[in-house]
Amino acid sequence: MMGEPDATGRFGEYGGRFVPETLVPALAELDRGFRSAWADPAFRSELDGLLADYAGRPSPLTECHRLSAELGVRVLFKREDLNHTGSHKINNVLGQALLARRMGKTRLLAETGAGQHGVATATAAALLGMECLVYMGEVDMARQELNVFRMRLLGAEVTPAMSGSRTLKDAVNEAMRDWVATVEHSHYCLGSVMGPHPYPWMVREFHRVIGSEAAVQCRDLLGGPPDVVVACVGGGSNAAGIFSGFAEDPSVELVGVEPAGGAAVGRGVPGIVHGMRSYLMQDEFGQVLEAHSISAGLDYPGVGPEHSHLATSGRATYHQVDDGEVVEAFVLTSRTEGIIPALEPAHALAWVARERASLAGRTVLINMSGRGDKDVAQMMDVLADRI
Amino acid sequence: MAPGALERALRQRRSAGQKCVVPYLTGGLGSWGAYVQAASAAGADAVEVGIPFSDPVMDGPVIQEASERALRAGTTPSAIVDELGRTDVGVPVAVMTYANLVDRAGWTRFASSLAAAGVAAAILPDIPLEETGPWCDAADAADVETVLLAAPTAPDQRLERIVGRSRGFVYAVGLLGVTGERSSLADSAVVIARRLKAVTDLPVLVGVGISTPEQAVEVCEVADGVVVGSALVRRVLESGADEASADVVAEVVGSFRTALDAG
Repeated sequence: MMGEPDATGRFGEYGGRFVPETLVPALAELDRGFRSAWADPAFRSELDGLLADYAGRPSPLTECHRLSAELGVRVLFKREDLNHTGSHKINNVLGQALLARRMGKTRLLAETGAGQHGVATATAAALLGMECLVYMGEVDMARQELNVFRMRLLGAEVTPAMSGSRTLKDAVNEAMRDWVATVEHSHYCLGSVMGPHPYPWMVREFHRVIGSEAAVQCRDLLGGPPDVVVACVGGGSNAAGIFSGFAEDPSVELVGVEPAGGAAVGRGVPGIVHGMRSYLMQDEFGQVLEAHSISAGLDYPGVGPEHSHLATSGRATYHQVDDGEVVEAFVLTSRTEGIIPALEPAHALAWVARERASLAGRTVLINMSGRGDKDVAQMMDVLADRI
Repeated sequence: MAPGALERALRQRRSAGQKCVVPYLTGGLGSWGAYVQAASAAGADAVEVGIPFSDPVMDGPVIQEASERALRAGTTPSAIVDELGRTDVGVPVAVMTYANLVDRAGWTRFASSLAAAGVAAAILPDIPLEETGPWCDAADAADVETVLLAAPTAPDQRLERIVGRSRGFVYAVGLLGVTGERSSLADSAVVIARRLKAVTDLPVLVGVGISTPEQAVEVCEVADGVVVGSALVRRVLESGADEASADVVAEVVGSFRTALDAG
């Protein structure tokens, strides 16, 4: 489980490389470039150095005493919210930016939903002196204007995606169109474990550090792994990262939590979009549906292909929570732990809170994939009559 | 495999010492059936009909807008294929769409529905060579020609594999980029046409970035013909995409036909 995909870039029957012909040679080059870099101790050492000295890794494992008492479940947080730029996204971005530079590319392209991946990419571009262009749905730019400003402050150009639903999926379309035209000097820094091969595999490997650290930290604290590992799933990168540290141990239950309005695994059927075959929310004709949730970062109608494989093979299970449950979890975590979670990991928290009875007495590791600062303005409106 | 209707039509034009014109029109947009007829009557050798998809990553702003308008108007893949089945276009029709619409219908069912509607060929820009297996099996069995795209980024060896699998013609992508008009012909258009002509006897048609009859003439010094999409669809959109837009289609397609015949 969670090894390399097969020669066609598939995990089971999911994945592949469904892209315009123009991009196929670039993806083959990226595959070779990543394999070579990942096997090169000098590359690994440079990345590890940045992750430690720049991004602040390892991220702590926090035992959540008051939340545990409240829920009757022993809860641990893997603190990806404490990374530089405030989420797990920096792990992948530093890896891809170093790889892009090694491959001679001078420009980074990215899509972003909530803005976390865009901010992380703009940060890496500033750090390495690269050009950066971020596509962001026009609707999301309005929802997350602070992150738009952050990206521009960091020197990136932010371009609105004006087509379709004007959210994350359309930003991916625009980034792919740009890349078709600029592939010779640009690297597409895709932000999740999705897209055409090798992205789903490569991005998971750059996030494997989350699971590897957590496995060691749990061993030190608990003497072994937790009973359950829970993470939110949009495209699924933070979940893939933390799952990878525990997938080999069949005693550990892996749980992905999707927003009810964007549940590709829970409500979709297999389809092909954004370069991959995977579960997808679509209509009877195959038109892709728009996702709707309180969290821009999870407003994605698809999911990374490895999650489709983990779901169909039964190694992981996927569940849904609604916006109301997310808001309650957001408040609960803030008040019991002094940690304001991003709305994305608040989905994972919401599932644990809802399932507290069946989880009673067990130890649950939650990936706290990002901090909630970016969501505070939005939540001021949502919670206006309570706070 | 014996050449299909599309390949035969294009070879016939070439054998006559002339160049091929294949206009692209978005299915479901305005009076699209009339536009297809008008294109045929104005001298098209075949017509490419787009089946709109919600997320068309190979298309630029003009075709995106046309697709969105057609989808808002309620078009569906089966409505377009059914209408093609009821129409005698007079020249071969190729549909252009994206993998998910085909996958959703089922590869075999979709190929059979095309064949039953008299559609000669299919162009699926997000199914590159390595992913063609299941689709090409289904299309071959139904005798639907699968036109593959060949891009400037492909090494020589890859071009040889592409022309070996393509049927009908080989679609030379004229530049690095998505569909749309450009003010001048990219150097890459002539280069890719020449590289393809060196490795295949299949008709080589250049598309993406062919915006004017003059550019078509220029690239056809090497290529066997052109696919004209955004330049035509933009005119349809600008003229209101109503019944009268069929006259605009006839005018645009006619201008390419005339220029290429004059050489």
